Amino acid sequence: MAEPARVALLVTCLVDLFRPSVGFAAVKLLEDAGCAVEVPRAQTCCGQPAYNSGDKEDAKAIARQVIAAFAGYDYVVAPSGSCAGMVKAHYPEMFADDPAMRDQAAELAARTYELVSFLVDVRGVGTVAAACAQTATYHDSCSGLRELGVKAQPRALLASVAGLTFAELPGAEICCGFGGTFAVKYPDISDKMARDKIADIEATGAQCVLAGDLGCLLQIAGKLSRAGSRVEARHVAEVLADMADTVPPIGATRE
Amino acid sequence: MEATSHTFTDNARAGLADPVLRRALGMAGTGFPARRAEAIARLPEFEALRDQGKAIKDHTIAHLDFYLELYERNVIAAGGVVHWARDAAEARAAVLDICRSVGAKVVTKGKSMVAEEIALNEHLEANGITPVETDLGEYIIQLRHEPPSHIIAPAIHLMKEQVTETFRAAHTALDPDRAISEAPQLCAEARAMLRPQFLAADAGITGANFLVAETGSSIIVTNEGNGDLTQILPKAHIVVASLEKIVPTLEDTATLLRLLARSATGQEFSSYTTLSTGPRRPGDLDGPEQYHVVLIDNGRTALIGGEFQDMLRCLRCAACLNHCPVYTAIGGHAYGWVYPGPMGAVLTPALIGLDEAGDLPNASSFCGRCESVCPVKIPLPKMMRHWRERQFVQGKAPPVYRHGLKCWAWVARRPGLYHELVELKARMLGWLGKRRGRFRALPLAGAWTKMRDMPAPEGRSFQSLWAERQRAGK
Repeated sequence: MAEPARVALLVTCLVDLFRPSVGFAAVKLLEDAGCAVEVPRAQTCCGQPAYNSGDKEDAKAIARQVIAAFAGYDYVVAPSGSCAGMVKAHYPEMFADDPAMRDQAAELAARTYELVSFLVDVRGVGTVAAACAQTATYHDSCSGLRELGVKAQPRALLASVAGLTFAELPGAEICCGFGGTFAVKYPDISDKMARDKIADIEATGAQCVLAGDLGCLLQIAGKLSRAGSRVEARHVAEVLADMADTVPPIGATRE
Repeated sequence: MEATSHTFTDNARAGLADPVLRRALGMAGTGFPARRAEAIARLPEFEALRDQGKAIKDHTIAHLDFYLELYERNVIAAGGVVHWARDAAEARAAVLDICRSVGAKVVTKGKSMVAEEIALNEHLEANGITPVETDLGEYIIQLRHEPPSHIIAPAIHLMKEQVTETFRAAHTALDPDRAISEAPQLCAEARAMLRPQFLAADAGITGANFLVAETGSSIIVTNEGNGDLTQILPKAHIVVASLEKIVPTLEDTATLLRLLARSATGQEFSSYTTLSTGPRRPGDLDGPEQYHVVLIDNGRTALIGGEFQDMLRCLRCAACLNHCPVYTAIGGHAYGWVYPGPMGAVLTPALIGLDEAGDLPNASSFCGRCESVCPVKIPLPKMMRHWRERQFVQGKAPPVYRHGLKCWAWVARRPGLYHELVELKARMLGWLGKRRGRFRALPLAGAWTKMRDMPAPEGRSFQSLWAERQRAGK
């Protein structure tokens, strides 16, 4: 049998700090898809907070660190469209005037993927062995959707989750208002966007909202709980990895 | 107009709290995108057209000097006059001179954003000339002494109730008991009020959606026909246009027109697409005696060759506004100057300075929807980021973010230390938040927790758990 693909997990800083369960869900899904998963210790963050705040020098320094940390793997996979998009779409652009680094960035970009699209598009995964007796809806995180074309893949895999009823979210492609530092720089505007998003979520009648990015999920879960909603929020990988029954939803009690 | 972009945060808060605006913006936020989507679904080659549109504009900007001179020659050949204006003051002076030369007391105006940009109405009024806006939306906001809040639907911030009030307050000669609560009645009243003005005007001022180099024509697209009456009836037609409106050929213009109406209103074509080439010729039944074009730079050429050059492709269709979750939350007035929404967030700092408009390119979640609907594929988020880079380099980013970011980046470049700190934070916050699972308030996170809870971390960092798992041999 062929050697399994060597996949490096780009954990993402939010998963590392807030929700390791998403990381382990990603590892399980990747291993189920025949990958040997490693987690480079030299990674911290993709640098997007610096990049989007105009701090290009720090963003570049962090990008160099990421490029070095992930050298040599067959694939780099992140449970986030935003961080994968940063590596795939923005690293090469960031080094546009530095040919040597640009080539390295482009080389990394070419083998970097968002988790769910990697499973479906690269590994050919069509179904998952998971069960979840809930009605769930799905929010398309902006970077995954518009930078990487992640749209059909999560829906396709969710369709194979036993017991799960899918309710499409009106306005699924509209931003939830997270936007990294945007959420704290312009909290009033961000809040209005979050309110619109949770109103749409509530209208679906779903018990659970899923997404592929923890940033959006912190915003959505934080707003749902502040508004007293009973709708749960989870990363889509948790459901696909059959962890919905064992891991409490985002922002829920752990006692 | 006086810019209030520096009070963006307060403006935005006011917009968010305005109940009329909330209802009115429903139209921009859902109606326009739905109609655009339907129109595009009927045109399979729309994506290819976007590429063509982009290529046409890029080619034109790359050869702008050539096409501008060709355009001028063809305007002159058709009997018109081109007035070159380097900035707003020169443009205002040129228009005023033309108006004076024909003894104008009243001038009618079609909708023009560049006329707003150069504050033309104020200048004409200050010099004893009465400008009359003839686009319905512009007419309404002129009566209310308000700036436009949208680049194609200037009065979109209003509901018809406000228009009724405005007309009752302005049209005092009419029967106070007349019925004007419905849109058709309001339109009929505006039409009746404007008709004598069209006939009285000595000059008519329009903008231009396109200037065609090969023919020397200017083109306007409207849905009300007001532009036609504005430019055909008076003695002089004055076109005010910024110089990036130039397009090489009529064929190119046709391509861009196919993109424009679909992107703007979801129409396949606007109701009126009017080409003007020079003044009335011998034998023509109507048309102006004089045809003038005031060709305005006002900062455009300074963008060529730099990181904001792509902005010169903009067709002013407003698709980026209509699809922007920030614009549809706060409304156009919050942006504090002429151009709101994503295109305004890029263009405004270029035209009135980053000190005045520094908030605009920051007030974006970078969701990218603007770029995805732009008919000429302008990378709007990327250019907003360029403004942020300039701010950062110039030390103009707020100190709390600048220093916070530097500290964070310093740690992020030291993985060993970073992992220790993340583990510590995960354990601490995880323990504190174990019972409730979330925080209603958190030190240093007030901007977050004011409006929403902060979900608590699970209690350990992924990296430490992974290291343990590796040590245990899985």
